Amino acid sequence: MMKNFYICFTLFVLSINISFGASQKSELAQKYKASNSISNKASLQRGAKYYVNYCSGCHSLKYMRMNTLAKDLGIDEAVFSKNLIFANKKIGETMTIPMKEVDAIQWFGALPPDLSLTARSKGADYIYAKLNTYYEDDSSVTGYNNVAYPNTSMPHILAELQGGQKLVLDSNNKPKGFDKTSEGSFNDLEYKQLTNDITNFLVYVSEPAKLKRYSMGFWVLLFLFIFTILAYYTKKEFWKDIH
Amino acid sequence: MEKVLLRDGEITLHTRERSNKWQMYINIKGTDVFVRKSTGTSNLDDAAQIATKYYDQLKSKASSASNSASGVIGWVDERLPILSFVRDHLTNYYAPKNFNFWYFFGSLAFMILFLQIFTGIFLAMHYKPDAKLAFDSVEFIMRDVNLGWLIRYMHSTGASAFFVVVYLHMFRALMYGSFKKPRELIWLFGVFIYLALMAEAFMGYLLPWGQMSYWGAQVIINLFTTIPFIGPELGVWIRGDFAISDPTLTRFFALHIVAVPMVILLLVILHLAALHTVGSNNPDGVEIKKYKDENGVPLDGVPFHPYYTVKDFVGIGVFLFLFSTTVFFIPEMGGYFLEHANFIPANPLVTPEHIAPVWYFTPFYSILRAIPDPAFGALAMALSIVVLFFLPWIDNNPIKSIRYRSMLFRINLFVFVAGFLILGYLGVKAPTPLYSALALRFSEMYFIFFALLFFYSKSRGNFFSYIFAGVIISLIAIYDFTRINFDNYILIITGLASVCAFILFMTISPLYTNLNKEKEVPERVTG
Repeated sequence: MMKNFYICFTLFVLSINISFGASQKSELAQKYKASNSISNKASLQRGAKYYVNYCSGCHSLKYMRMNTLAKDLGIDEAVFSKNLIFANKKIGETMTIPMKEVDAIQWFGALPPDLSLTARSKGADYIYAKLNTYYEDDSSVTGYNNVAYPNTSMPHILAELQGGQKLVLDSNNKPKGFDKTSEGSFNDLEYKQLTNDITNFLVYVSEPAKLKRYSMGFWVLLFLFIFTILAYYTKKEFWKDIH
Repeated sequence: MEKVLLRDGEITLHTRERSNKWQMYINIKGTDVFVRKSTGTSNLDDAAQIATKYYDQLKSKASSASNSASGVIGWVDERLPILSFVRDHLTNYYAPKNFNFWYFFGSLAFMILFLQIFTGIFLAMHYKPDAKLAFDSVEFIMRDVNLGWLIRYMHSTGASAFFVVVYLHMFRALMYGSFKKPRELIWLFGVFIYLALMAEAFMGYLLPWGQMSYWGAQVIINLFTTIPFIGPELGVWIRGDFAISDPTLTRFFALHIVAVPMVILLLVILHLAALHTVGSNNPDGVEIKKYKDENGVPLDGVPFHPYYTVKDFVGIGVFLFLFSTTVFFIPEMGGYFLEHANFIPANPLVTPEHIAPVWYFTPFYSILRAIPDPAFGALAMALSIVVLFFLPWIDNNPIKSIRYRSMLFRINLFVFVAGFLILGYLGVKAPTPLYSALALRFSEMYFIFFALLFFYSKSRGNFFSYIFAGVIISLIAIYDFTRINFDNYILIITGLASVCAFILFMTISPLYTNLNKEKEVPERVTG
């Protein structure tokens, strides 16, 4: 019986580790791995600040309620309202944007997507790679192109901070790396930290319950562990006369 | 050692010696109840006196209880047979004492059914069955409803867990021959439950209205449109529109939360009623009702309650531990339980780069894709499920349990299970020439399993064996020759050769070796 149980358990654990789907992403973009951890409150707070300042002009977070955000990130509601709410909004509302779709299509060709669930649909690494792999490209309308999302219509909002970089191709004409062309106001390390914070923040936004479910899960498992042991010895007691 | 201390009509008090003390048992009309009262002595005469005293106490208690109709339960029992129901199905229902690990999954499936109904009720309170609101309402549940995320993850993980448990439950039936005479109806109701469950899961998966909900449903509904003559109209009739849209969502919601659950509940009642009529099978595949004591109690049986109720609690504990690990720590299960693309709202204008159904459908999805012609692919898939209904009449071998069946039967079952898992794996992958070739071969193996079960029903002679192998091999070869060309001949020939080698080994080797030799079945259960 125990043997069968072990087999099932091993299969169960293995099945968790199998990654899903086979999409062809650029090898260079895949080198960018976000090292995010949503238990890092400071990183989440910085991420929220950067997001509100640089991203929220165009990208809504239509499922993210601002008072939930303030509470989860440990920010006082008054401080939050003063520093992180620009438009004439109440803290109980979600983080929508005033941009109209018709205008957006005229300006960018498409409505900038809502980012509430991007970390769940495309993954944290994608967001991190996208923010790090902009490069100068004169053929593009915005002057920048992107390795993680080729021909993106999104301008390089963080160019000022990152500085300029050119794409380097290998002998097979595949993207290999970048060459710095100008310095930004952040150095390389600081920029990576910044993009990681934004990624981390979006991971939180995609599933705020993640902050709760780990700690709650621990107690549930502890309870079930004790329950199972008690159930096992009860069973043993009842069965001791059956041979 | 066992001694009778007291006899009064159909009631006896007897003892068994345990660690030098005499423990009392009371046996009423054939039901042995351990009274958990030690006589506290090793002297038999003293024990008999104590037993008499104890019995008088019981009798006076019982008479006073029956005079006052014993409170609420007595009142109800005079009007509704609740006590006899409990007796017939729990305390006086005898199950074989030798159930092993594989016998947990029936009660687990029963528990998950109620878990799904319970969480489903709470989801239905907040979910909006409307193409414009559905996706948002799911996110509302995930974020703004108190513990909504927990309820939703329990429901989504529960769907996958249901299939895990049901697949293991069905595997148990294959291993120990639980579908065989006299349990054919239990198996039939079970397959109907499985079908209803597939319908339930499929309709439920549309409700979050994500990209994979939409396009997965598109693939499955298109299967029905391949039916000749009525197909296209049938597709419109199912969708309620020319494309999947709001009417499809609302009718799937109604079916998912009302109609199909009622069907499943009814089928579960029938499944259990049939089970309790003939009694449970067991890992030895012998009938415990054959050997009874003088009171009509099966010698190898134990009352379901308390013995299996306490045992099932252990199973439930272990199951809930794994279930909660998933719910709290890995609810997406790497994209298998909740697919990544389903976090993008349904968009009829954008097809995802790779459409894969949820994992529990992928073996059948592989069979569907194995044949390039959609109508024949759909037919093969339908057959792969329909064949399950005929299992009790395909496998006529009188030996039930794998313990006493031949080595070839074990190989056959092992290859079938491995093939089913491989088909499942191939179903989540985008098709390549190699994967498609593998999917076809393992689909063939799926059906060959049933053919071999029929073959092993009794010992077969030379002539029958060669003809049987010849017919199956020619059927496969004919299909292969219609599609062979310069690009695929290597894959086709190696695939054909492997399948043929397997069939020849499985059918011809019994003529020359002992591989199909069966073991003698014991009269009573072992261990």
